[in-house]
Amino acid sequence: MKPFTYVKPPDFESAIPAGAAPRTKYLGGGTNLVDLMREGIELPDHVVDITGLPLDAIEELPNGGLRIGALVRNSTLAADPRIRSRYRVLSEAMLSGASGQLRNMATVGGNLLQRTRCPYFYDTTAACNKRRPGSGCDALEGYNRNCAVLGVSDSCIAAHPSDMCVALAALEAVIHVNGPAGVRRIEIADLHLLPGDTPDLENSLVPGDLITAVELPPPLGARSTYRKVRDRSSYAFALVSVAAALQVEDHKVTEVRLGLGGVGAKPWRAREAERLLLGGPADESAYRRAAEAELAPARVHADNAFKVRLAEATIVAVLRELSLAGVNR
Amino acid sequence: MTLDDTVHTAEATGGKYVGRSIPRVDGPGKTTGQARFAAEHSYPDLAYAALVYATIARGRILAIETSEAQAVDGVVAVLTHKNAPRMKPAGNLSPFDISSIAISTSVNYLATDEVHWNGQPIAVVVAETPEVANYAASLVTTSYEQWGAKVDFASEVPNAVPDKGIPFMTGKADKGNALGALATAPFTVDLEFSTPQYNHNALEPHATTAVWNGDKLTVHEGTQSLTGVQGQLAKRFGVPKDNVRVLSPFVGGGFGGKARPWAGTLLAVLAARATGRPIRLALTREGVYHTVGGRTASIQRVALGAGTDGRLASIVHTSVSRTGRVGGMPERITEVSHEMYAAPNIHLQQSSVKLDLVSNTFMRAPGEAIGSFGLESAIDELAWEIGMDPIELRMINEPDRGPVSGKVFTHRKLRDAYALGAERFGWKEREPRAGAMRDGRWLVGMGVATAHHTAMQLTASVAIRLNADGTVVVRCAMQEMGMGAPTVQTQVTADELGVPLESVRVEYGDTDLPWGSPAFGSVQTASVTSAVLAACTKLKQAVLILAQRQADSRLKGRKLAELKAHDGGLYSGAKGHKYTDILAAAGREHVDVAYKPNIPAFLARTVRDVGWRPKAATGAQFCEVRVDADTGEVRISRWMGVFDVGTVLNARTAESQLRGGIIMGIGMALSEHTIIDHRTGRIVNPNLSEYHVPVHADVPHIDVHFLNEPEPHSPLGLLGLGEIGVTGVPAAIANAIRHATGKRVVDLPITLDKVL
Repeated sequence: MKPFTYVKPPDFESAIPAGAAPRTKYLGGGTNLVDLMREGIELPDHVVDITGLPLDAIEELPNGGLRIGALVRNSTLAADPRIRSRYRVLSEAMLSGASGQLRNMATVGGNLLQRTRCPYFYDTTAACNKRRPGSGCDALEGYNRNCAVLGVSDSCIAAHPSDMCVALAALEAVIHVNGPAGVRRIEIADLHLLPGDTPDLENSLVPGDLITAVELPPPLGARSTYRKVRDRSSYAFALVSVAAALQVEDHKVTEVRLGLGGVGAKPWRAREAERLLLGGPADESAYRRAAEAELAPARVHADNAFKVRLAEATIVAVLRELSLAGVNR
Repeated sequence: MTLDDTVHTAEATGGKYVGRSIPRVDGPGKTTGQARFAAEHSYPDLAYAALVYATIARGRILAIETSEAQAVDGVVAVLTHKNAPRMKPAGNLSPFDISSIAISTSVNYLATDEVHWNGQPIAVVVAETPEVANYAASLVTTSYEQWGAKVDFASEVPNAVPDKGIPFMTGKADKGNALGALATAPFTVDLEFSTPQYNHNALEPHATTAVWNGDKLTVHEGTQSLTGVQGQLAKRFGVPKDNVRVLSPFVGGGFGGKARPWAGTLLAVLAARATGRPIRLALTREGVYHTVGGRTASIQRVALGAGTDGRLASIVHTSVSRTGRVGGMPERITEVSHEMYAAPNIHLQQSSVKLDLVSNTFMRAPGEAIGSFGLESAIDELAWEIGMDPIELRMINEPDRGPVSGKVFTHRKLRDAYALGAERFGWKEREPRAGAMRDGRWLVGMGVATAHHTAMQLTASVAIRLNADGTVVVRCAMQEMGMGAPTVQTQVTADELGVPLESVRVEYGDTDLPWGSPAFGSVQTASVTSAVLAACTKLKQAVLILAQRQADSRLKGRKLAELKAHDGGLYSGAKGHKYTDILAAAGREHVDVAYKPNIPAFLARTVRDVGWRPKAATGAQFCEVRVDADTGEVRISRWMGVFDVGTVLNARTAESQLRGGIIMGIGMALSEHTIIDHRTGRIVNPNLSEYHVPVHADVPHIDVHFLNEPEPHSPLGLLGLGEIGVTGVPAAIANAIRHATGKRVVDLPITLDKVL
């Protein structure tokens, strides 16, 4: 690992200027950053450990929502009774990610900024526009079974790996940021950027910006769930995942949210499918039409064409399960 | 002691310990961290090595820039082909030189600017800490002249060359006219199968601690072959074999990946010689993928023709495997079809291609793990074709002698295995139609396949000491990598000598001990047991002579064959003496014997047996799968394996090994796959995050049953069982998926996109 300086500031006043220095990384749980530093992919000169900051609370908001501190551990969040009862999709998404050991370390803020698992991003001898801008993309003509099919570009087809973010996209979470320009709020949909010609730019944060919390709006009336489809039962990234909430009244869809993982260059909000479903019949053919419409713009490569069919099938299966389930939440 | 076929003894077969579930003698050491593995030995002045790997598949190094690495604080040396001391060449693999099996590749590391595969070590960085070594290694930059390389197996298959085979390992077999019979058979299947490269992924990545003292070398190494490592190192570094001591008391899993010394071992020793420092080189997981071969990728064709009664008229089984251009051996994929089904017409042919990749190597049940996937899938498909129960079809075609060799089996219990398995598994609950069993969102399927592993036996030398206090020390340079080797030899010795288990201590894992069998090919237990039995007989004979020298001996005039060893002594009925009394009366501190096999006699017997007496462990694998009707996700819900492995020495360790093999087979079937970039030859997933071995949640409860009937010509009646567990597993799963969904998947691993 390349040598670096390390500080652990006690407050925002010292943390943010330190984080704004060039080639500096904030360190939370370290489950992704340290791994990337070991692999020679992240090469910071300075590491600012933020685990001394008071960001580990889960608080009720007056509007009925929740404010989750950026340093809340993934396992803590998944097990919180308020999350489990009011935001079931989020709890299920968290528990489907990584392993118990990693969830005990990983933080909510770090999970939001988790970097892709594209194998060419991880191999420093390979061409990767995300890791080394302008070097090309070895995934386009290489092994791309795990790569994305939605939101991709000619520069990058890497998939966003997070489970949590898919649930947060469906829940329309809001990200709280404290940075050199003060505090601000970013809609989850605006946090992650599509690759375009600049896949190295992955989010709308600027140097020194520190994610302090995730705000969940008041719970949906709809029942929700998260389904992750992968190559083994645990400890694997999603081939396809679906975060869904569905409410049906009189055989009509009265509320629906859909987020997709494993298929998108960013955590994917399936707005087209939602638009087609809302107010329409709650039946299998409607689910299928909506799923196909969402996947219609998919751009597939040699190994990942199956993701389109798999995503459609999984969306249909999840909506069917939610509509068949007894009581709506 | 002459080599005799009758190696059972009364003490052993009727003994107190053999056959019981004795806990591992090395268990407490391993669970408390007292057991020290190869990378856990410290020496004063120890330095740490890290490797730099080539990033092209074929070519030569134009320049290698090491100054930045050299400049890092704590770096001791950066060794490249420009400055490293030279090793001697590897030599050639020869069937007539058993030590040559230890050659993993012909590349003479750091003595050449040539690159033979993407990942070949091209430099070694030695530093005061492993972190500094790794960091400095990342700073070495290299420029290359690139040459054309062949790295993509699938595109090379059309250029495959038939294997010549070597003695006892034929590349082909022909009986009757298989293709002609296939053309006229009422029922036929003709399928092409593919399997990818697999890697072993032992829990302990390869590691070496090497110390030179003058021209004497001590190496701590996790290995399946102490003598192989010793011989190779002596040859490569130009010192007598006796100057090389290899210690390997604990091996954190091998599965064939530690059967030969690979680059890390050689380069650790080289770095120690170059720097004059003791060196520890512990490979990263990625380093293991780059420098240690895996199981070959393969293509197979299996075509079967049968009559309306289900009797096979024709078996055609052909295969293509790959080697490295710089090492490895063609895989004996069609081996299984030599032994499995009776048919008047058989055509078997193995071919292979050479690729610019790291050499392939042994991986648990080489040949048969892959070959049984093809053959046992095809026989299942034939059962669908005919409309017959797949077990019934197998029983109809169960041979009473070797289908190719015509030789009588010494021991073949597959009918019993299937009968017991079907009963215990509930095979009659299986709805014969495909897709007819359902549990909620899951399609349920049941499948079977035959497990088969040819049994071999080598030999070993053993020394035993009986102490005046009645304790016994058995010494043999065998290997323990989790299978329970010292535990079962403790049991065998205790029974043979009639002493308590606690009185016996087995020393192993050290080339200073009498040489033992390697632990590969499922040979070690049979090989060492035969030597332990012989040594125990020698010891009892020596003790009897001592006893008979005493004037008042109650064993005067008795022959050993008339006596029984029990209660810590030798007895004829109630008359006899305790060992402690015999040694005390003789004034002896201890009695030592050494058994050394008569190698020419052993070889002669082996040659005779191979042609005359085919031996194999067999079994019936039963599984139940659940396939998600929407997504194609496959989960195994139940497993049962019924095995004929002859006498079971220790049910606990035997079950554990078979269960481990089945789990490895589940990974092989469903998720494992070494992905090689078809352009660069670089391994795309050299890590446990993306190379998907099964996690606990993928593994159901696994029932293991033994027929437990002694094989008539093996020591104690045992057959090696280290590898058979994995065989048949991928086919049983593919067959269950066929039952659940109606889909025949012929390409491993069976990921959901192939089922969807």
